[in-house]
Amino acid sequence: MADVTLDCRGLNCPIPIVKISKSIKAMEKGQQLEVVATDPAFEADLQAWAKRLKHKVVALNVESDSITAVIEKS
Amino acid sequence: MADGAQESEARARRLEELRAAADPKTLAYIDAYVEDALGERLKALDQRIEELAEGQLSDRATIVVFSGDFDRLMAAFIIATGAVAMGFEVSMYFTFWGLTALKKETRYKGKGILEKMVSVNLPGGPDSVGTSKMNMMGMGPLFFKALMKKNHVETLPDMIDLAREMEVRMVACQMSMGVMGIEKEELIDGIDYGGVATYLGDGTDSKITLFI
Repeated sequence: MADVTLDCRGLNCPIPIVKISKSIKAMEKGQQLEVVATDPAFEADLQAWAKRLKHKVVALNVESDSITAVIEKS
Repeated sequence: MADGAQESEARARRLEELRAAADPKTLAYIDAYVEDALGERLKALDQRIEELAEGQLSDRATIVVFSGDFDRLMAAFIIATGAVAMGFEVSMYFTFWGLTALKKETRYKGKGILEKMVSVNLPGGPDSVGTSKMNMMGMGPLFFKALMKKNHVETLPDMIDLAREMEVRMVACQMSMGVMGIEKEELIDGIDYGGVATYLGDGTDSKITLFI
């Protein structure tokens, strides 16, 4: 189970990654953050963000109306 | 890999055997020689690395905000806040029309006639800026604001607040303030003031430099 969950449904670029980066900052290494978003740019933005800041995207579920991702702070 | 580990273990054992069997004076000589030769080389490499590191661009983003258009200001603040989220240290330099984004009110008292005339023709702040195209006498922004609401996009004043909250450094260009008849009291609190050298000093170090 994720240590922190973030509901970003209804929020669009750049707010989802802004919120994710804020949450991750307050977390410990190894903890996991679960995010749900509806932003169509979210998948691409998340991958770019994770690559740049070297965090792991542990899970990514793309559903018809939302995307759920689990990120592990590295 | 198993082979590699076994090989280096065997090599280490062989070296130990040679060491034990060697003449101590020869050993001392070899040790000193290796230390000297390698030491010099390593020092030179370390210095080279330090020089290269100094020349590296840092994770900073510098944005010159010259435009005062609604659409362009939105782009500037979305990029600024996004850059902070991506781990950059961000600074924004507001000059000429871009100064509108920092306005909280318009004053007329105490200004010269030229300044008063410019002030009258400038938007009062970020909530009343026009779009660069399709402004249609002010109808354009109304349409776009409605579309933004529909698409769950933050408003420009909210984006500006967010940028401040995320500690984006905001610098107002003193020179263009004079030219646009804008006074310090008309701008929001907590911003820095500077000139072109301030911007350039920042820009040379930044991985991202933009003129919007």
